[in-house]
Amino acid sequence: MKSIIRGLAYVVGDAIDTDQIIPAEHLVYSLNKPDERRMYGRFAMSGVPIEQQGLPNGHIPFTDPDKYLSDYTFVIGGSNFGCGSSREHAPFALTEAGAKVVVAESYARIFYRNTIDGGFVIPFESHEKINHQIRTGDELELDTRFGQLTNHASGEEYLLKPLGDVADILNAGNVFEYARQNGLINPA
Amino acid sequence: MTITEKIIARHCDRDRVVPGESVWVEVDILMTHDVCGPPTIDIFKREFGEDAKVWDAEKLVILPDHYIFTQNHHANRNVRLLRAFAEEHHLPHYYDVGSPRYKGVCHMALAEEGFNRPGSLLIGTDSHTCTSGAFGMFSTGVGNTDAALIMGTGKIWLRVPETMRFIFEGVLPPYLMAKDLILAVIGDIGCDGATYRAMEFDGESVYSLSMQERMTLTNMAIEAGGKNGIIAPDEITTEYVRARTDHDFVCLYGDETARYRSEYRYDVSTLEPVVAKPHRPDNRASVVEVEGTRLDRAYIGSCTGGKFEDFEAAAQIIKGQEVVIDTYIVPATTEISESLQANTIDGTTLWDVFENAGCKMGQASCGACLGGPSDTFGRMQGDEVVISTTNRNFPGRMGSKQASVYLASPLTVAASALSGVITDPREVLV
Repeated sequence: MKSIIRGLAYVVGDAIDTDQIIPAEHLVYSLNKPDERRMYGRFAMSGVPIEQQGLPNGHIPFTDPDKYLSDYTFVIGGSNFGCGSSREHAPFALTEAGAKVVVAESYARIFYRNTIDGGFVIPFESHEKINHQIRTGDELELDTRFGQLTNHASGEEYLLKPLGDVADILNAGNVFEYARQNGLINPA
Repeated sequence: MTITEKIIARHCDRDRVVPGESVWVEVDILMTHDVCGPPTIDIFKREFGEDAKVWDAEKLVILPDHYIFTQNHHANRNVRLLRAFAEEHHLPHYYDVGSPRYKGVCHMALAEEGFNRPGSLLIGTDSHTCTSGAFGMFSTGVGNTDAALIMGTGKIWLRVPETMRFIFEGVLPPYLMAKDLILAVIGDIGCDGATYRAMEFDGESVYSLSMQERMTLTNMAIEAGGKNGIIAPDEITTEYVRARTDHDFVCLYGDETARYRSEYRYDVSTLEPVVAKPHRPDNRASVVEVEGTRLDRAYIGSCTGGKFEDFEAAAQIIKGQEVVIDTYIVPATTEISESLQANTIDGTTLWDVFENAGCKMGQASCGACLGGPSDTFGRMQGDEVVISTTNRNFPGRMGSKQASVYLASPLTVAASALSGVITDPREVLV
């Protein structure tokens, strides 16, 4: 895990389910083949209704229609981020688009687990909803060691919740590396 | 300990586990399908090697069900990848598309094929894997990475969940179904009301339900964020299981002294038919409150509302009449589809009841429950308003994100299909 992450914020509302993160019709693409996996970056967050895309004003696609990479490093959500299906394609899509971090007030269990075990975006929790205090396009800086999030656009600072036990898996890279380091499976 | 804690303890070879602790458990069955199977296999090969063997071919069940009847070549390729993997690993429990073994929706197929067994621990690459908990077992959904780790080792880490208990008492009136009960619960506690927790269903009304109806309760635990839904086994459970498998199983029960995080009590005789309004499963309203809402479409299908008894309930209302809006009938499995053709109501097969009423008849699969490729049977393509027996109504869930989805019981959906507006089943049930 990098200690300092900087980039732009992309803000969405509550209960962003996995169909909004990556609509089911796109799940047919391989997550392995380079010419197909980039489609997940193209369609990441494309299921969010247009007026909710990039708050507070909306109508801002996460990834521009002709691109595969997003300009946004941070996804800022509200409560129950990632609810719905178990598709690991959801955190994969955010990562494939170039996002590094999600900050939400709370997460659905399977999405949270997938981000950690697959080594995708880092899922930080805020103590309260901050998605109405940050605007899409704000420049953010996160110190992952202390969970210190700074909004350079507003000057506001937020102390995020500690990652807890799961930091060990994030630091290992993914659950396989963690399992190897702890003797749970044989070294590769 | 609760039943959930006992099953987890048994699978990590411990006398006792406590909510909040993380443990590595042995998995009895791993289930995957055509959407998450191919990426799981990719990760399995990446981590364990191209020639690696699955940990136990007897314990891996592969049920293609999501994108089956489509021309989408990527979707068709995914089924071919599963077929090749099953051949390479000599998997006895692969249910191939286009073969007589093809089943359809994985959660129903697991029950029909005898993979749901009391006391066992089942993990699947699908959020509705919690359905199997109706059989007094622990079951939950995971992503591809966790599934790949299980494929290689048979193990997964689990955080032991606290348990929320939902007790239903009283006699269920004929106009209510399990779907109304679970929509009431989700409306009360919200889409994240059970996050990280077990949802245990108990009480005389629950034990009066068939296995199919019990599965509707546990199926939608995930819509409240639950890790697993569970119902302790009884004679109805063991009779169903013994008819489907010779495999051993152990019925486990919670202790009198078990600790629950919270307890909710419902008198089912006072409940009403309900819907979840767009665009959240917890956006509950009584049918009375939304009665008369104009509809474009009705849909009966999926792991939640595409079981034999769901169609039996709908057929009671639809028999001898004609639907006035596009009404899609999608049996969850081939076994259910065959039952519709084998069972009659007033001398007419259930299949014919629907067909004669003008319904559009689909093939066993997940169908339009989750949208899917653009040529999926019954998929929303525009700003349709639909009433559906499925499980989720977030924007875009059934295809188009301009569509509006009302979730309801098969009785309410059937009554509404006849009138073209949301209709209380009490108005048409005789």
